[in-house]
Amino acid sequence: MKGEKQKKVVKTIRIDVDKCNGCRACELICSAFHAVPKYSSNNPERARIRVIHDPLRDIYIPVYAGDYVAAECAGRDRYTIDGKEYDECAFCRASCPSRDVFKEPDSGLPLKCDMCESVPPLSEPMCVQWCLADALTYEEREEEVEQEEAPEEIEIGLEAMANKFGWQKLMDTAARMSKKG
Amino acid sequence: MRYAETGFNLEVDLTRGNIERVETDPRLTELHLGGLGTSAKLLWDRVPAEAEPFSADNLLIFSTGLLVGTPVVGCNRTIVASFSPQTLLMAYSMMGGFFAPELKYAGYDKLIIRGKSPDLVYLWINNDRVEIRDASHLRGKGAVETSDLLRKELKQPKAQVASIGLAGENRVYFASIEQGRSSASRGGLGAVMGDKGLKAIAVRGTKDVNIARPAELIEICNQVLQYIKVRQENPIPGVMPILARLGSPQEMAVHDEKWHTENFSWGNSRLRRKGFWTKEVEQNWTQTLESTRKRLVSCHNCPLKCAATISVPGVPTYMMKCFSKLTYTMAAMSDLEFGLRIAQRATEYGVDGFSAPQVMAFGLELYEAGILTDKDMAGMPSDNEERFFWLLDRIVRREGIGDVLANGTHWAAEQIGNGAQEYAHNNIKKHEQLPLKLGMLNPIYFLMYSTGEKINITQIEGNFPQAPFATLQEREDFVKDWVQAPDERFKKWLLDWEPRGERSIPHYPPPEATCEIVDWQERMHYIDDATGMCAGLSSFPLKPPFHIHNLPTVISAAAGIEMDSAKLTQIARRNRNLVRAVNIRRGMRRKDEKPPANHWRKRFPELETQLLDEYYKYRGWNEQGIPTRESLHELGLDYVSDDFLKRGILTDDEGGPAPRTPGGGSQP
Repeated sequence: MKGEKQKKVVKTIRIDVDKCNGCRACELICSAFHAVPKYSSNNPERARIRVIHDPLRDIYIPVYAGDYVAAECAGRDRYTIDGKEYDECAFCRASCPSRDVFKEPDSGLPLKCDMCESVPPLSEPMCVQWCLADALTYEEREEEVEQEEAPEEIEIGLEAMANKFGWQKLMDTAARMSKKG
Repeated sequence: MRYAETGFNLEVDLTRGNIERVETDPRLTELHLGGLGTSAKLLWDRVPAEAEPFSADNLLIFSTGLLVGTPVVGCNRTIVASFSPQTLLMAYSMMGGFFAPELKYAGYDKLIIRGKSPDLVYLWINNDRVEIRDASHLRGKGAVETSDLLRKELKQPKAQVASIGLAGENRVYFASIEQGRSSASRGGLGAVMGDKGLKAIAVRGTKDVNIARPAELIEICNQVLQYIKVRQENPIPGVMPILARLGSPQEMAVHDEKWHTENFSWGNSRLRRKGFWTKEVEQNWTQTLESTRKRLVSCHNCPLKCAATISVPGVPTYMMKCFSKLTYTMAAMSDLEFGLRIAQRATEYGVDGFSAPQVMAFGLELYEAGILTDKDMAGMPSDNEERFFWLLDRIVRREGIGDVLANGTHWAAEQIGNGAQEYAHNNIKKHEQLPLKLGMLNPIYFLMYSTGEKINITQIEGNFPQAPFATLQEREDFVKDWVQAPDERFKKWLLDWEPRGERSIPHYPPPEATCEIVDWQERMHYIDDATGMCAGLSSFPLKPPFHIHNLPTVISAAAGIEMDSAKLTQIARRNRNLVRAVNIRRGMRRKDEKPPANHWRKRFPELETQLLDEYYKYRGWNEQGIPTRESLHELGLDYVSDDFLKRGILTDDEGGPAPRTPGGGSQP
């Protein structure tokens, strides 16, 4: 299977930072949607979207949680766009050691946007539905991609743990704990 | 499990440096919801009636509303409550923004400050970790500047900060508490915070808020968002532009200021300027706002953009909302550029945008009249606009005449004497009002101004249109989809309400109907102030998304408290009466319940007496405006009537109200 070209629907959220009104409703409803049971609690700290903001410098950037990375970047650049200076991290989706976003507040485990996948599927992710400012809009497009086998959820979790603690320690711990029953 | 609320208050004693997390009684939530209601209960229970506002006994309470931090759209308000150094009565002021949600996520429904710190301190609340920290390095810093410095110092860009500027530190009677885009401005709460030696509160929270019936709540929230979308696309015809849509008055978005500039009074609330709004002024002001406004911004979880980031060349960027856009401009008889420029400095100093400009215009009027002399004003520049900057600088430092003016127009006039009292002409219960001077007595507003515990002609108007529509056709169109009205009678009163003739103000709506309309508007405010809902989505605008028919379900689904509109109405009445009781115990009586003498040109003393009598009766108050034993009993407030009886505020021969004493109330 690997290496074959396949048509795939790519889900895209278009982010218009000029339209963001900084209300952070996207954070709130994201955390509510992902609560178990659904909507039973909310806490922006658990959101998979954060509005990186600095109101007095007129900076509002909604950023979605992407992959976990074990190490922070060696260097961090600064961009000037339309006269406003941004830290590179303002656009970065990674859950990384250099900042306190996209981590579960209790466990520290990384968070990642899943486009509100659910059964039945939503018309649009909740953050988009709740963004009346239209800073977030949703579109789907088809793309040809090389198919990869999707890793199972447990693999993603294990890989994250391994990145954090190392395989050896992870396996030792698993062995020790499974003996305890 | 507690839903919507955390079930805990944070109690900080600044005298002893003691910090405690205290579990609250869920029965109080059932009785009062949260926010203003439960704060009034704390002030009743814990602050002696005789306590000075500037004393260790006074409490300063920062409260979240019951629904703050839930997905309920627009529930973000911090209700700050205490006793006012200016009115000597209870002061409460709400601010939007992000402070209350953060406090809730940190695990607290309220922050209760008592005592006084000998040194200037700030409070750092990071979830369960709470510290009182030295703030000597922040002394004299601006309010906005302080927030910025604290976020850097704590390395917490996501912390929310409420702070005071120089005005609060120096106990200016109209000092505000600032929070970036929003402020708790009215009643001098910033002065109480300064008196307690508390420069700022920084808070960061990462905990959950739980919802009782999640699916039901989200469905209503989704409907509300859809309604807001449609409502914003369909402004209400026939009303002024700032009232056509939802939200706080859309001052930051709207350029058309004909209504304000020609109907509100300029200077020390003196001059109506008909014909002011010319094409030239419109172009000039539009240009000013377009070039200084960087972005329209919102409070937590609200799609309405009532605030803006303002960058006036040469001064730091700040945020503003609502009518402070024009208060400085109009007090100084100047233009919008001046207003936005001085408002930046005023925001850093932390002063109330309604009182401060009026106090300065009052000072200058006294100078023009020769009551204040060159000696009093030594060093004052000759340029009009410079004078306002000069006075502002003196007031917040309490230097020279500034030390007198810092007490507001009422107390400054008392101190200056020599006829100065005539110039403090725009107060209710010693508190400066909007500069509004109109023609014909309006019975609805007469009652709301006279008896409102908030003591404030600001956004107390509500869901009933501020003026009758000109034609029957317009009225019929308006009531067609008026689902917010409590019942059909309200539609009838509106349909029958004419701009002129027999069925017009002051005699229409008739007193009974007036009481009902006032009750509806007040009820919605008391509900909002308990839930933390922004008035801009509920009690203030025409046809809002939240109203008496859907709020019971919202509250019930979020907080798990059984609710219907009758029960919610009862809670609003309980809270209204409890706040009144707090004020009655501090001596407020009928004699205090009046709008400024010149608020309307055409007054009707007999009708006004009748209105007040009817309203007191409607509320279950005696002729002094004191809630009777029966009405307190009905509301479950027997402890209030016990106290009133003990103090002689009420007498034993009940319904026998305390006898009216000439010229004033029955004194304790």
